[in-house]
Amino acid sequence: MRGLFSFLAAFAISVCAIAAEPDEVLADPALEARAKEIDVQLRCVVCQSQSIADSNAPLAKDMRVIVRERLLAGDTDQEAIQFLVDRYGDYVLLKPPIQGNTVFLWLFPALAVAASVAIAVAYLREGKTKPPKAARALTEEDDATIQRIIDEHSK
Amino acid sequence: MRKTVLFAPLIVFLIVGSFFAWGLTRDPSRIPSQLIDRPLPEFNLPAVPGFQQGLSSGDLQGQVTLLNVFASWCVSCHVEHPLLMELAARREVPIYGLNWKEKGLNDGKEWLERFGNPYGRIGDDRNGRVAIDLGVTGAPETFVIDRQGRVRFKVIGPITERYWNETLEPLIEELERS
Repeated sequence: MRGLFSFLAAFAISVCAIAAEPDEVLADPALEARAKEIDVQLRCVVCQSQSIADSNAPLAKDMRVIVRERLLAGDTDQEAIQFLVDRYGDYVLLKPPIQGNTVFLWLFPALAVAASVAIAVAYLREGKTKPPKAARALTEEDDATIQRIIDEHSK
Repeated sequence: MRKTVLFAPLIVFLIVGSFFAWGLTRDPSRIPSQLIDRPLPEFNLPAVPGFQQGLSSGDLQGQVTLLNVFASWCVSCHVEHPLLMELAARREVPIYGLNWKEKGLNDGKEWLERFGNPYGRIGDDRNGRVAIDLGVTGAPETFVIDRQGRVRFKVIGPITERYWNETLEPLIEELERS
């Protein structure tokens, strides 16, 4: 059991060790912290479900180096991100921006919830307000039938 | 009202399902290029060791050309290479090379000596900066550049015989006519 745990722990550690290799870390800790913050927002274009902070692809390393260069050159975080967006498109952003072609993406969950609530409310209200199917008044014929049944049983 | 409510889950499933089905037909590794119909970014790359000429963005003007991103470490480039050799031999279209992120000093040179050189000029992009300016996501990638030096099309992955015949050749002919 303990062996298994260490085995799995080794994987956890090696995965963490990938991000920002020593040769690319900036001397200024404040700048490096900003760079790390940017890294996690950018998608690695090689292994697309990872950020460039998590990926050990050579291209992700190049992108991390570029982020650091841009910051050293005095770029704001937004400008450094834009530098890569200009080259790779919105695709490099792990969080898509809210704009014309993504409005549906962002609003759909809220719309879906609102629509379900509306339908549920309408459904429940309908059940409550509609009077139960009105019982029809008994006709003479019905009375006669009932009387006949009672007579039969009370013999 | 009650009937419609009963069908709502089915309708939602069909809408969402058809989106997912459409999504499955798309290859997520094909990231659309930001450069389409825009001029090639300016660059000036040195020659691959052992070659005379480097490659600059100015070289890719005046005629329709292909710019092929390749590397000796890239397996798919190896697959694509014989077709590029054939296209060069048939003088179909000038092909220029961007030798991407070679590790050893002579890796690019040795690879070209071994498998042949289909390229008119080759730039050595050792640190991969020009490739990032071009929005390269992997090798091989091939840009179709028009006479004005604008990027008109990008192929991700190796060009096959069929892809050349069905897509690239007609496109290049059309660009040459215009």
